[in-house]
Amino acid sequence: MTGSVVEARIRAAKQERAGALVGYLPIGYPDLATSIEAAITLTRHGVDVLELGLPYSDPVMDGPAIQAATTKALGNGFRLRHAFEAVREITRASPDVPVLCMTYYNPVLSYGVERFAADLRAAGGAGLITPDLVPDEAGEWLAASDAEGLDRVFLAAPTSSEQRIRRATELSRGFTYVVSTMGITGARSDVDSAARTLVERLRDVTDEPLAVGLGISTGQQVAEVLGYADGAIVGSRLVSALGEGLDALADAADGLAEGTRRR
Amino acid sequence: MTDTLAPSPSGTGPYFGAYGGRWVPEPLVAALDELSAAWDELRVDPGFRDELAALHRDYTGRPSPLTEVPRFAQHAGGARVFLKREDLNHTGSHKINNVLGQALLTRKIGKKRVIAETGAGQHGVATATAAALFGLDCTIYMGEVDTDRQALNVARMRLLGAEVVPVTSGSRTLKDAINEAMRDWVTNVATTTYIFGTAAGPHPFPAMVRDLQRIIGDEARAQMLERTGALPDAVLACVGGGSNAIGIFTAFLDDPGVALWGLEAGGDGADTPRTAATISVGRPGVLHGARSYVLQDEDGQTVESHSVSAGLDYPGVGPEHAFLADSGRATYRAVTDAAAMDALRLLSRTEGIIPAIESAHALAGALEVGRELGPDATLLINLSGRGDKDTTTVARWFDLVDRGAVQE
Repeated sequence: MTGSVVEARIRAAKQERAGALVGYLPIGYPDLATSIEAAITLTRHGVDVLELGLPYSDPVMDGPAIQAATTKALGNGFRLRHAFEAVREITRASPDVPVLCMTYYNPVLSYGVERFAADLRAAGGAGLITPDLVPDEAGEWLAASDAEGLDRVFLAAPTSSEQRIRRATELSRGFTYVVSTMGITGARSDVDSAARTLVERLRDVTDEPLAVGLGISTGQQVAEVLGYADGAIVGSRLVSALGEGLDALADAADGLAEGTRRR
Repeated sequence: MTDTLAPSPSGTGPYFGAYGGRWVPEPLVAALDELSAAWDELRVDPGFRDELAALHRDYTGRPSPLTEVPRFAQHAGGARVFLKREDLNHTGSHKINNVLGQALLTRKIGKKRVIAETGAGQHGVATATAAALFGLDCTIYMGEVDTDRQALNVARMRLLGAEVVPVTSGSRTLKDAINEAMRDWVTNVATTTYIFGTAAGPHPFPAMVRDLQRIIGDEARAQMLERTGALPDAVLACVGGGSNAIGIFTAFLDDPGVALWGLEAGGDGADTPRTAATISVGRPGVLHGARSYVLQDEDGQTVESHSVSAGLDYPGVGPEHAFLADSGRATYRAVTDAAAMDALRLLSRTEGIIPAIESAHALAGALEVGRELGPDATLLINLSGRGDKDTTTVARWFDLVDRGAVQE
């Protein structure tokens, strides 16, 4: 589908450089104001697409670094309305960088799927990444995202069947999230060769952008991934850097963005 | 002989009305498909059924007895009261029924490692037991709060050769143990089966666990007919995730004259924040892979549950129970910690049977329902587990041990 700013941004990055850097940070960590400032910092240090995590009580896809951050955000009083406030402020400060929210599904369901989609769009958000919503259960979200013109990012995994890969790419808009390895979020010393194989399988069925996530933590890994994919998604490395402060975050983003320069 | 794996009137999933399904990360779908396909084959495979039946008979000690408890019944409005004695199973609860089936399934699909979550420790002990029996590697995830209050079960699991991992995230109870087990499964799915302990979670677990637990009700229904010549007026069971309850309910779903009662853990009271009465006070949502009732705040964040019973201390519930509640076929009521503990002591003193705190919730419910129904009624209670594991908690609650004898 045309009209996705996320897709346009990734395609432009692929044309101009090796590809796009997608940067994840949770909203509300270490507190709401700092998390907004941190996201804006990323947009000024080479991040092409922002993935803002909505803290959730039961994050089954997240490893220790992100769990610790989102637990802290919840402890500091994160509420769902803060997500819309954060998206509004970040997109106002950095209108050229599209913002996707990464959220487990129950908060969306609880808020009301249509209402969530309308409020996200009104705040300037580009769409959702839904780690625990598979296309099989996504009927309501497919309708709401169509109605609001929002992107929707589904996951493809090394264990996904051909049929499921095809369906994930057909229904995703913006990009398809290629799960690099069987596991949860967190830095890994080498990004699994399964990622390359999976991207090749996906390439057989789609021309839409493919971004690889899980385990990427260095500029070198970003460069490797962009050798075969359109985007590289980094989360835990940025969350850990933010734990040391905004300067450390900016340095980390710069280092990762190095990997997007065409070699 | 009853057909213990007969189809349920509620169907085979993945949906029970508006509930159930698979709300999981994509990397787990292939493993769930594998389990579904293997279970569809096994449940009608005569070899599997013979093997499971032999294990039930020679290892677990089934059929479990039906015990009439007249001295206890005097406190329940004079109704006749029968207990289905799952507490007498090997490992001390109904959990073994499910675990043996899933361990056979694990062997069939050729995996060498099993993982499980546990709350009170009963499912963990049962899984560690089956792993020892079948020579499988075993890792059990247990919230740190529960490893403290169920220390004896931790020791039992380790003695059986399992690795027990105390979970320190979130509320450090059963829900967080499930999160951690799911993270392990996502990472190790190629070699590992997740033996889910209750009739909740993503498809096929609610239907598969139900199928493996329905032997409780199939036996009990035949035993009641043989003993009393009639079906009971009410069947009662405690509900956390709901596996023992669905296990005894299923045989009676098509008997409209039999009232089905699920007793939830009310904690301090279902009208207080310290409760685990998910159907009574929760609302529909998604947790741990299924759509069902969930204890959640207005943002959809899971609310921490509270119950004196570790096995019922869970903010979710199996999707078939959500369906039975909405349809009106079963009724769910909350029992407070205090009422459950009083019922535990009452059964101990009147009948010489010390029940698990979980099962004591069903006993407390029966005291109420019996008084409501009057002396002509017959009640069947699923006594899902025995109370040995709870001795420390009970001793503290009733101040039964001389000062200094219980270590903090």
